[in-house]
Amino acid sequence: MAPPSSRRSGHSRRAQYGLFTGYVLATIGALFGALLLGISLWRPTSFNGFRTSASDVVAPVGEAGAAARTEGQGLFDSISGYLRAGSQNAKLKKEVELARIRLKEADAVRQENARLKTLLGLRDTQAPPVTITRLVGSSASSTRRFAYLGAGSNHGVRVGMPVRSPRGVVGRVLEVGQHSARVLLLSDSESVLPVRRAKDDVVAFAEGRGDGRLRIRLINLGVNPLKRGDVFVTSGAGGYYQPGVAVAILDQVTSDGGIARVIADPAATDFVAVEPIWQPKAVESAKTPVSEALASDQSTGAAAQ
Amino acid sequence: MIDPISGKARRDRYGSKINRTHSPILAYATPWITIMFASLLPQLPIASAIPLVPPLGYLMMIAWRLVRPGLLPVWAGTLLGMFDDLFSGQPFGSAILLWSLTMLSIELLEARFPWRGFLQDWLVGVVFIAAYLIAAAMLSGARIDITAIVVMVPQFLLSICIFPIIARMVAVLDRFRLMRVRVIG
Repeated sequence: MAPPSSRRSGHSRRAQYGLFTGYVLATIGALFGALLLGISLWRPTSFNGFRTSASDVVAPVGEAGAAARTEGQGLFDSISGYLRAGSQNAKLKKEVELARIRLKEADAVRQENARLKTLLGLRDTQAPPVTITRLVGSSASSTRRFAYLGAGSNHGVRVGMPVRSPRGVVGRVLEVGQHSARVLLLSDSESVLPVRRAKDDVVAFAEGRGDGRLRIRLINLGVNPLKRGDVFVTSGAGGYYQPGVAVAILDQVTSDGGIARVIADPAATDFVAVEPIWQPKAVESAKTPVSEALASDQSTGAAAQ
Repeated sequence: MIDPISGKARRDRYGSKINRTHSPILAYATPWITIMFASLLPQLPIASAIPLVPPLGYLMMIAWRLVRPGLLPVWAGTLLGMFDDLFSGQPFGSAILLWSLTMLSIELLEARFPWRGFLQDWLVGVVFIAAYLIAAAMLSGARIDITAIVVMVPQFLLSICIFPIIARMVAVLDRFRLMRVRVIG
């Protein structure tokens, strides 16, 4: 089909000007976009205001979508459950027996932990979550990995707070609106999380690769001690995340670490808890340039003078 | 004797021709609203670990542009891109730039090849989707390495396959757009 002939301007001045103005406007639009893009790449937080108020508007629809998503997954799970019921039952029985034994062992460890902690005079710093909410959606078509929460500043959510599901760490709050918040998922290629191996103290960084898996980079280089199936938990370094929360399970060993799968896959996550920043003081001091004193240091310094 | 007029003569696919006419609001707002809705859609149903869902807003826009040339003005990409940027997770401005450039280049392409068929539209769509996905990934501020490119392949294939479906949807929506709903007199 040829384009309709009405779009050829012919000899009409008015039509010619109209067409020309269209091109000029489109070009100005493209330049304007390039300018905004430059600004937002330079200062990524520049346009958060627009974005958060826009996602505030859509959040209620996302809540309904999240509910439908979870129910749909439940349906598929129960269908596949019927198909594999027999062999699964036998396997689960064996697993439960093992788990009972491990539970007793864990009880002993917990008791010993409590005893040692009282010896050291430590308190449990487990703070209650700020809020519990739904993961209402994600940037499913963009290369960046963001998710949206159904709670915002009205519920006490602040920038930087860790987000976790019952399985493990999901990500960190990046932008906060009134009723919604944007979360940087662990698998985003800009996300870096300090972790350690669950059974010993091999420390590493877990970097997102953008494909739903994490790259584990060991801090101490040398012989790579990692094996498939190793579980990594947060180490608490950096001050954002509480130590000991499950992060990833190693899938593939490479020369400088490995490739790991995220334990709390956002696709299978329904409700998440937003937790307070574990050590706000450490986060604040990490942000302050070395040349400046911390706020509390200044006050003590002033008192000393 | 005058034969009674056949019932079909009073109606066509847009509804009754007697006492009814097109609604300008419906005729002009439908493409804009459907594109904006398609921009919103990818973030709602799934929270996926990899970018899998095609950029539906972009697909919808090029489908409207190719199926119904002349309906969207050349500058429509700027405003629709601004809306898409609010929800897509890309840095603000990336869709404004890319969608505006798309509208301008389709215009140039149309001046070069004025006669087209469906296959050529699909081919144009494939070229534009590929260019858009690559450009959007490069402008997203994410690190681009082999993994990131491999991850984009399923999304690209899905986008290509879904384009004809979206084009058919646009054809249906175009019929809806021109329904005679306004009562005259």
